[in-house]
Amino acid sequence: MTLDKTRKNKEGKMRKRFIFRTIILAILLAAVVYALVTNLNQDKEMYNIGDKAPDFELVQINENNEVEKIRLSDLEGKGVMLNFWATYCKPCEAEMPYMESLYPEYKDDIEIVAVSLDASELVIHQFIDKYDLSFPVLHDTKSEIMDLYNVGPIPSTFFINPEGEIVDKVAGALTLEKLEGHFQEIQP
Amino acid sequence: MDKLKCECGHVNPEGTVLCESCGKPVEENQHIDGNDQSKLLNMRYDGTARRSQTYNRSIVDKTWNFFSSVKVGVWLIVIALLASGLGTIYPQEMYIPAEAENRDPAIFYEDWYGLTGKIYYQLGLHNLYSSWWYMILIALIGISLVICSIDRFVPLYRALKNQRPKRHSIFLSRQRLFSETKTVTDKEMNHFITNLKKQRYKIVNENGNILAEKNRFSRWGPYVNHIGLIIVLLAALLRMTPFLFLDDYVWVREGEQKVIPGTHGDYYIENKRFLLELYDENDERFQAAMEKKGEIVHKNYQTDAIIYKVKNEGVVGSEPELEKVIESSIQMNKPLKFDGYTLYQSGYQQNEFSNMTFKVYRTDDENQNSLGEVTIDLTSPEKTYELDNGIRLQVSQYYPDYVLENGEPRSVSKFPRNPAFVFNLFPPDSSEAEISFVGIGKNIDAMGENEYKLGIVDFNMHYVSGLTVRRDYTLPFFIVGAAIFMIGVIQGMYWQHRRIWVNPNGEGIMLAAHTNKNWFGLKKDIEKAIANTNIHMVIDQEEIEKEIEKDKDKA
Repeated sequence: MTLDKTRKNKEGKMRKRFIFRTIILAILLAAVVYALVTNLNQDKEMYNIGDKAPDFELVQINENNEVEKIRLSDLEGKGVMLNFWATYCKPCEAEMPYMESLYPEYKDDIEIVAVSLDASELVIHQFIDKYDLSFPVLHDTKSEIMDLYNVGPIPSTFFINPEGEIVDKVAGALTLEKLEGHFQEIQP
Repeated sequence: MDKLKCECGHVNPEGTVLCESCGKPVEENQHIDGNDQSKLLNMRYDGTARRSQTYNRSIVDKTWNFFSSVKVGVWLIVIALLASGLGTIYPQEMYIPAEAENRDPAIFYEDWYGLTGKIYYQLGLHNLYSSWWYMILIALIGISLVICSIDRFVPLYRALKNQRPKRHSIFLSRQRLFSETKTVTDKEMNHFITNLKKQRYKIVNENGNILAEKNRFSRWGPYVNHIGLIIVLLAALLRMTPFLFLDDYVWVREGEQKVIPGTHGDYYIENKRFLLELYDENDERFQAAMEKKGEIVHKNYQTDAIIYKVKNEGVVGSEPELEKVIESSIQMNKPLKFDGYTLYQSGYQQNEFSNMTFKVYRTDDENQNSLGEVTIDLTSPEKTYELDNGIRLQVSQYYPDYVLENGEPRSVSKFPRNPAFVFNLFPPDSSEAEISFVGIGKNIDAMGENEYKLGIVDFNMHYVSGLTVRRDYTLPFFIVGAAIFMIGVIQGMYWQHRRIWVNPNGEGIMLAAHTNKNWFGLKKDIEKAIANTNIHMVIDQEEIEKEIEKDKDKA
């Protein structure tokens, strides 16, 4: 009788212990999972490869190009090279002639959108004249597009496919071969 | 039988080293705390069963036992320490310098650091602190902390609750402080107890067996401390949620309107004016202090700002419709708060020109009499300027931040910090331009045959204000966690749990005492309490052991 009681007592205690430990471990596991998931999502804030490129609209300022305004969503159906640059940035200056040399050939399939982060428009015009650029150039005066795409140092380039998805992200200057390779990737 | 019944009648859980009630060593468990090797008893956790060391059945139990080991916890900390060190060998991905040819981590590390850089990248060390394995490592430390605490707190609490004044003679004689007195009178005993009471000991008397105890709460210090640590860890976890925590920085020029970063383009800031005030050098009150410092002392950093909210949810870039939220000034230590965001004044730059005024004069005019002036806005210069007397000035090149690099002029930034111009100057009624290069301290006539010259007559500068953008709902958690942590530290540091056992033994008594630290203080307490009695002062058995060891070594 008493032996039975103690056994029952013991079983009850064991079950209690089991439940308690399971609950504590479950709570801790949930916290760990939460930490990992939020950390993963934080990377997503940055717009990564495979994401839909966020839309924007800005006035086009290159006088050699007849487009008045660029709205990214209007360019769907064409591949887009979205390039963030500035006149004072040397590597940007290095890759501009490559972009210009490929532009006439790919013009019908691919649009180059060069977003300048310069302060004054005059220097952009001087730069365009110096390199005879013919693709659309935008002037991001309020750093809005830069903030939207979370652009840090420049040059930074996004390659967007005809469906409007980011296919590639390049930090730093491109060579002619690499640029052409990316162009072929986003050609419709 | 799983439970151990002591000869005093108390039933102890399996794994008990010293009986929870009377302290008699449980024979088969003496190896756990190494009591079989030494004369004195190890009083760690009062000899309670850390059950984790004994039960090992289901997966839950096995996991629990793994984390309950202090050894595992220490190793986790060591591993985390080494891993954290690894991350500092080369810069993390976010700190790749802007001047790098290629900032793609796949290329950058190999480019700059060679093979070791490549390995560094391939091992994923360029993104160490947010890598999943590093985070899991930190999480494991947290788990270990929780489980270790629970697994030690519960048995210790039980043991201190169940302890009886009557102790087994082996327990008493194997305490560090111990003495035996052959004959003690009731009067002496009463005197002893009253004196202990005077020293704020709590006395439990059970059939003449006495337990005097004080500051038991100090034993909970480490656990309170751990609770604080866990709250801090949880708060750090919450910081990863962008809604709860945001930290960014923005430079705004005077007169400029800009998106506030981190607000998803919802808010704009306009810098109306930046104010830098100095202490008055002529004020007697400050003179002495300023002379001592030997330099100008700043008194106030202030940005007068307007915050706007975007009203229409249009496409980014299209002219936004802005609604004024607040217009106020931001001073150092007096941040501006709006809609959950806080802006702190945290920096300024004083090296940018806003405009410059040039005059035109004849090269052969010694008095440099002005033939006309023009003011150029350096943030948005125009292409051509018409002067009053018919001179036309065309901006051929503009370098906001001029440098000469390999004989070639260029600008190193977009900010007008060192503006320079190449002008085409068209004299009245002439279509032939004269070229001149004008900058600060530079006035070059390329051909050497210009009829007209340009000179700077005036300029204005503007400030750039640096503001920290922050939204932090996690701070209260950190404060609560840190406060609890401190309470735990204080609780465990400034008080000591002291216990004195007095058990009658024939005509006399056995006296033993234990504390977790400050044995000297405990001895003092006893000394005071037994003053003017025949009770023998306790002997510090550990010190005696040490002396014996020393003598042995000498011999």
